[in-house]
Amino acid sequence: MSELATTNIDPVPATAGNAAIPNTSRARPPATVHGPVAWVKTNLFGSWLSSLATIVFGILLIRWAIGFFDWAILHAVWSVPEGANGPDVSACRDAKGVGACWAVIGEKYRFILFGRFPYDLQWRTALVIVLFIALYAVSAWRRFWRKELLLVWVATLVVIGVLMWGGILGLEFVPQDQWGGLPLTLILATFGLAFAFPLSVLVALGRRSTKLPAVKALCVLYVELIRGVPLITLLFMASVMFPLFLPEGVNIDKLLRAQVAIILFAGAYLAEVVRGGLQSLPKGQYEAADALGLSYWKKTGFIVLPQALRLVIPPLVNTFIGFFKDTSLVLIIGLFDLLSAGKIAISEPAWAAYSTEVYLVLAAIYFVFCYTMARYSRGLEREFSRARNR
Amino acid sequence: MSGAVVDPRLHAARAAPKRRMRLSWSDPKFRAIVWQVLVVGILAAIVAYLVHNTNKNLAARHIATGFAFLARTAGIPIGEHAIEYDPATSTYGDALIIGIINTLKVAIVGVVLTTIWGTLLGIARLSKNWLLSRAAYLYVEILRDIPLLLQLLFWYGLVQTLPSVRDAFAVLPGVFFSNRGIKVPLFDWEPAHSWALAAFLVGLIGVIAWSSVASKRQAETGVRPKTWPVALGLLVAFPLFVWAVLGAPFQLDMPIKGGFNFRGGGTISPEYCALTLGLVVYTAAYIAEIVRSGIQAVPQGQWEAAGALGLRPGAVLRQIVLPQALRVVIPPMTSQFLNLTKNSSLAVAIGYQDVVSIDQTTLNQTGQAIEGIALLMAVFLVISLSISLFMNWYNARIALVER
Repeated sequence: MSELATTNIDPVPATAGNAAIPNTSRARPPATVHGPVAWVKTNLFGSWLSSLATIVFGILLIRWAIGFFDWAILHAVWSVPEGANGPDVSACRDAKGVGACWAVIGEKYRFILFGRFPYDLQWRTALVIVLFIALYAVSAWRRFWRKELLLVWVATLVVIGVLMWGGILGLEFVPQDQWGGLPLTLILATFGLAFAFPLSVLVALGRRSTKLPAVKALCVLYVELIRGVPLITLLFMASVMFPLFLPEGVNIDKLLRAQVAIILFAGAYLAEVVRGGLQSLPKGQYEAADALGLSYWKKTGFIVLPQALRLVIPPLVNTFIGFFKDTSLVLIIGLFDLLSAGKIAISEPAWAAYSTEVYLVLAAIYFVFCYTMARYSRGLEREFSRARNR
Repeated sequence: MSGAVVDPRLHAARAAPKRRMRLSWSDPKFRAIVWQVLVVGILAAIVAYLVHNTNKNLAARHIATGFAFLARTAGIPIGEHAIEYDPATSTYGDALIIGIINTLKVAIVGVVLTTIWGTLLGIARLSKNWLLSRAAYLYVEILRDIPLLLQLLFWYGLVQTLPSVRDAFAVLPGVFFSNRGIKVPLFDWEPAHSWALAAFLVGLIGVIAWSSVASKRQAETGVRPKTWPVALGLLVAFPLFVWAVLGAPFQLDMPIKGGFNFRGGGTISPEYCALTLGLVVYTAAYIAEIVRSGIQAVPQGQWEAAGALGLRPGAVLRQIVLPQALRVVIPPMTSQFLNLTKNSSLAVAIGYQDVVSIDQTTLNQTGQAIEGIALLMAVFLVISLSISLFMNWYNARIALVER
């Protein structure tokens, strides 16, 4: 790979025939310097190596694109007729290898999205998804970054709890083992963040503490231990070890145990992010607060955290993306998140052969969530660095 | 306040007098101690409570604590075992060691491949060629935002749709792709090969010694003696010579297509292929971003200065930019290697028998939940620590070059 653009690509080579351009401002520059032809020349056929890469790669890309279009659209089966016992998948079987069978999505989308939640009550889970998305949107809006946002979070999470469990306000009770699909994924990720975040702030403060060596040692131990092992071991711990910890007769639901494992896991990673923010705050801020005679908690609450947390919002969002993806691991201990619901949907013999289609749709759902967050985080980062450099 | 003669006023000005701690809430030292005793005490109480519960529960279930179960016969069928293993006689300990080896097999191959693939992607991302850089960009964006577990399931599903053994396609003579995995020819290992390998290692030491001599001479005279002929001789010619002297044995064990399975040859299992492929493809997206930002962190002036010295673009990249980018790149790269190793635990979802999967089976069969989890954590902590230590050492080594 010999040609590398450095930071930005200069569309006009520095030496490109300055003499050839007539000295009149009205004359258009020749097409070899500006315009689409020049663009193609510099960006696709800059050198013989570049040209080779363009041609080889272009041919491959076009072939893939055509193949994918053929499979996904042209020869795809969009729906199948209802047979005597269950859907008749012969059309899909005939198209196997040539075209996609999107009928599996049409047939199974309710199960994939909502899991085993009672069919008639699935409007509640749909509403939960909408509420979650609204909550994210409101939190992302900088105009709403104030204390009241905390209340909005608490209120929304309570409403979500009511919608999922039911049992009051005339809503039918739905036990936790029937929850599943996208709401479960969102619950694990959001509740995980909501509890892990305060925990992580405390741990980060404890780890930075100079006056409390015992607390500092505990925090370091917690963070390093959790970061050194995979999430799976924690989930295993939650599923087989937690029950041993509890007194006789007390039983905590599997979902809650997994949620605790995710909170502990997320707490350690978030603590490191928060610690980064605490460290990047200029020392003068701490000293000024001390000089004003503020107590530790006043200093932390009014001076340090508001500045430090603001700095780490972009990496926090990135960490959150990681957790959102990692919630899929609960599949391994047998919870019904979005991914497990998809996997179970295709364990039915009739649809077993169409895993690719289901996985592509699942990937698209995860991608939409993660990519939106990633774009948001990058936008914020740019804005912050612009504000700092001013 | 020892025997040295110090003006007491001067001393007082230098250091605050040592105050005795007062037993009062307004004394920060006292407060600190109270808080710590409180925190540690509460934690200790919680732990003691949990231990108490656990002991009671274990007694109720008649589970003996301790690691004695490791010596019991395992009876777990394991497909891929690097050391001798027989479910009828081997112990849980053996099974777990095989699991650790299988994890390391994925982690080491994964780290090497992902570094290569990720670096290529990162460089492609910066290419002047629009098509190449956009493709690399899309790759990174898409793969980073899809859960690894989903990708692994996808790859595993794809590997299983490969043709059956009967219709396996041969990529090279003797290399077959089928839904039973990849079949490769093995060659029979003979003493001559071991000697050749030993010769290669001796040669490697020789080359390292020679290159340090060359560096020293370059520092003294400004002219670097040629190293490649020595390297060629020691690393290629010398082992080949040893091998030839010992009779140049070369016997290939080619896989032969049978009715339902292959005979002979070595197998790379479909689970291993899917896991390694998934891990490499996913982690490479992160590595690519790290490499890109590392290269961009090298000031533009370095490119221009190197160009002004008349270096060709390839040489600028290799000799000026990459060595400097390396220093920025190593710490985040380390955490990606750690991630890859930890993520290899997802093997359990696609049925590759790594340490997590074997540990889980052990745990289900024996009921030794605490010991099983503790072992698993210990294994991963040791692996993580080893990687961090090695990368920190490497980081310190390359950082020394800087003046």
